Amino acid sequence: MKKKLMFMAIAAAFLGMAAVVPAQQAKLSGGVVKIGILTDLSGLYSDLSGQGSLVAARMAIDDFLKQEKNPFKIELVSADHQNKGDVASNKAREWFERDGVDMIGDLVTSSTALAVMPVAKEMNRVTIVNGAASTNITGKACTDLNVHYAYDTFALAIGTGRAVVKQGGDSWFFLTADYAFGHSLEKDTSDVVTAMGGKVLGAVRHPFPGTDFSSFLLKAQASGAKVIGLANAGTDTTNSIKQAAEFGITPKQSLAGLLMFITDVHSLSLKTAGGMYLTEGFYWDFSDATRAWSKRFFDQHKRMPTMVQAGIYSSTMHYLKAVKDAGTDEAKAVVRKMKDTPVNDFFAQNGRIREDGRLLHDFYLLQVKTPAESKGPWDYYHVRQVIPAADAAIPAAKSECPLLKK
Amino acid sequence: MFELLGISPQALYGQLLIGLINGSFYAVLSLGLAIIFGLLNIINFSHGAQYMMGAFVAWIGLTQLPQWLGNPDFVINYWAALVLVPLIVGAFGVFIERTMLRRLYKLDHLYGLLLTFGIALIIEGLFRDWYGVSGQQYEIPEVFQGTINLGFMFLPKYRAWVVVAALTVCFLSWYVIERTKLGSYLRAGTENPRLTQAFGVNVPLMITLTYGYGVALAAFAGVLAAPIFTVSPKMGADLIIVVFAVVVIGGMGSIFGAIVTGIGLGLIEGLTRVFYPEASAVVIFVIMAIVLLVRPAGLFGRER
Amino acid sequence: MNTGHMRWGFIVLIGFGLLAPVAGIYPTFLMKCWCFALFACAFNLLLGYTGLLSFGHAAFLSVAAYVTGHAIRSWGFGPEWGILAGTLSAGALGYVFGSLAIRRAGIYFAMITLALAQMLYFVWLQMKFTGGEDGLQGVPRGALFGVIDLSNNTNLYYLVFVIFLAGFSLIHRVIHSPFGQVLQAIRENEPRAISLGYDVDRYKLVVFVLSAALSGLAGATKTLVFQLASLTDAHWHMSGEVVLMTLLGGLGTVFGPVVGAFVIIGLQNQLADKVGSWVQVIMGLIFVICVLIFRRGIVGELGRLLKRPL
Repeated sequence: MKKKLMFMAIAAAFLGMAAVVPAQQAKLSGGVVKIGILTDLSGLYSDLSGQGSLVAARMAIDDFLKQEKNPFKIELVSADHQNKGDVASNKAREWFERDGVDMIGDLVTSSTALAVMPVAKEMNRVTIVNGAASTNITGKACTDLNVHYAYDTFALAIGTGRAVVKQGGDSWFFLTADYAFGHSLEKDTSDVVTAMGGKVLGAVRHPFPGTDFSSFLLKAQASGAKVIGLANAGTDTTNSIKQAAEFGITPKQSLAGLLMFITDVHSLSLKTAGGMYLTEGFYWDFSDATRAWSKRFFDQHKRMPTMVQAGIYSSTMHYLKAVKDAGTDEAKAVVRKMKDTPVNDFFAQNGRIREDGRLLHDFYLLQVKTPAESKGPWDYYHVRQVIPAADAAIPAAKSECPLLKK
Repeated sequence: MFELLGISPQALYGQLLIGLINGSFYAVLSLGLAIIFGLLNIINFSHGAQYMMGAFVAWIGLTQLPQWLGNPDFVINYWAALVLVPLIVGAFGVFIERTMLRRLYKLDHLYGLLLTFGIALIIEGLFRDWYGVSGQQYEIPEVFQGTINLGFMFLPKYRAWVVVAALTVCFLSWYVIERTKLGSYLRAGTENPRLTQAFGVNVPLMITLTYGYGVALAAFAGVLAAPIFTVSPKMGADLIIVVFAVVVIGGMGSIFGAIVTGIGLGLIEGLTRVFYPEASAVVIFVIMAIVLLVRPAGLFGRER
Repeated sequence: MNTGHMRWGFIVLIGFGLLAPVAGIYPTFLMKCWCFALFACAFNLLLGYTGLLSFGHAAFLSVAAYVTGHAIRSWGFGPEWGILAGTLSAGALGYVFGSLAIRRAGIYFAMITLALAQMLYFVWLQMKFTGGEDGLQGVPRGALFGVIDLSNNTNLYYLVFVIFLAGFSLIHRVIHSPFGQVLQAIRENEPRAISLGYDVDRYKLVVFVLSAALSGLAGATKTLVFQLASLTDAHWHMSGEVVLMTLLGGLGTVFGPVVGAFVIIGLQNQLADKVGSWVQVIMGLIFVICVLIFRRGIVGELGRLLKRPL
């Protein structure tokens, strides 16, 4: 199945290349716009990005060529960065220096994004981060040639924290993965919980990666907090949720996932995850526009899109339009154009790319449906609240990015 | 006194019990390693991968097999898996011993370690390719759903079963090896294979079956683990390194030692999680370093 | 000691090193290969010439990578001092790990080094300066001795190559020194070496520290090349990879680990995009094949054909 998809993607790539159209007035390096999708094709994050990201990028390129009547030639290349920073930076260098790639997209996991961004800056090329979550990408490490499109930990933590307190979950206990990422999730969320008048009763740090969370869950249970915030990710999160159900902690206390994707819910099943709160930047079943696009995506990929994959489509489209409007693929001009043009599509309404590169767009507070409420596969969420764009990003005044200080 | 440290005795009992549960896993896995080491003199690096295989094969039997056969009645349920999966994975172990490990007995024992490491990479890679890395879920069997109220905590019924099952298997293995005739052959084979062979015992067959049994133990632990941990290709890799440290601490001289060390370290790890959770990932390694300084042969080890 | 064929080997190696980037092989790829070649040679000193299998060599690669990265980025060290700091820290860590691990022999030695390296992995993950999962990023390449600009790929390439050659020659000298002869005596028959009056533990510790420091040199150089240090360097997969490179190239041969490193890195580079998670399966298969039927490795087999040790 996967093999077949990959084959189709490759075949599609060749077809795309075959559609040779002479470059018009646009000044393009190498006479072509070359997009590289650097992603996780085999590891932990391949479900939420991976092949699906390639499908989304391909769709964006095909749609753009159709809509704009083939204004210039576009090529798509892809590689697996295996979630390793050094592999990613090596590949990026090679693509920029040797293959003339103009833009690198996806970059799932922060280590790869943070490794590629300085290389792109050095070579004057564009990076569009969709997969990675760290706020450093538009903070300390920000560059003027990078766009952070789909989401970051701040948006997810803040969104969930604020909204859950509003729903009455005013006492919290954190189950935190004991490394920088977990700590920052915990800190961002507890700040907002206390600011909203809630109480943080405590936190416990668990080793990463962990398998058995029962001792930590017992502590959370003993704290008597109404909400247990899961400041971890991936299998750590799914294991915590599963074991919380096993120990009878849920549904007496409720869980809040601070970094979860629809693919995690898919793997957990609604029976275990039902009732949880989480935040995402995109849900396929939100509006007619999201449903229409997601259906097309589903037809090709046989899975509903994650926010990362939807972000890839939207950002690639936005980038290509900016290249066309700017009349060049030179990085500075293109990013300027991207920042000056609002994003309006199924993914974002009136989205705006801030100077630090962060796309400001709405997020959604979601509650996972119980098996009885779900009408079928992928019908997973109640949209409980729309979190306005302005609330979902670190305020410019608090940002560590020098680009916002001007 | 416990209140002084901010921990109530109730919470402490709860944590100790959880330590016991994890200790049971360590015990079964280090027992398997010790049995294999005893006779074959190699460290089975693919032990973690075989544990993972156990969990995966159980999951396949429960969820995939009916689809493959197109018949929803053809399911290997939990109870069948508990017996069948160790047999299947054990047979796989026998195959590895017969075709590959056997060729290495005359060489430095390090080659056995390297070979099983390579095998572990292959198994892990294959499962990654087939089923992805995000993990699969295995339902807790109906009988064991729910919790028992112990007064100081709610103990999930399934976890109680894990302790009972693991300790039973450990005890039976110990009994067979230390107290029966079959076990005496085994011990004789460990001490002096040539002489044992001369007495008419089929030592090569015994070696094959021993490896198969050790692997089956790993698979058994895997089936026990499937309902509580996410079934994923990397579930064995990180665990096996901890179990190695357990084995170094205990020394591999005795079956009994392997079991006791496993359980003991589970308890210590549980206590660390209460008093200083930040250190719970490294505590076993730190203990290993201390034991090496004080008693290099390990707690129950005999220097060879 | 430098017999004719050995000299030819060196000439080929140096010639290849000097000409490869000119011939159009991608320099960053080559630099990575040289770093791993040095790493594998350092490892081979331990396994191939002393018979000690360390399954935790990633620890030394990573400590040097992090220390170098941190020293250059946050303390403003020049590249030469950064590399020195990294190498020394790896040596120091080698002393600590070595003192513990040599208390047991054989398989236990392997398990202990593996466990200690795993412990270090968790330490890196939790410490602040390493950046945890994000890695330590944005290490400036700077200028060597404040003069030679290293952001130029060609300059950096030749620096990396010179570092490799220095480490490689040192290892070569050690192997053929009286010290090296004692090491090989330990590998062949430890009890006999003891009965001959050698303080075997002392020798083991010294060679362990040396191997750790040289692995550190490789890790430090790698940080300079990629401008980052990450947890990948500390993971047990890395410890396994260096074993594989050495085994495939040829245990206890001078040039084997270099060949092994180039083959493995090249394979990974070529295969990663084509076969995805099969890379790991292929690595495992190479491991199994090497152990079962190809124990001499590429260079070992070549040496057998030429009837000369290489």
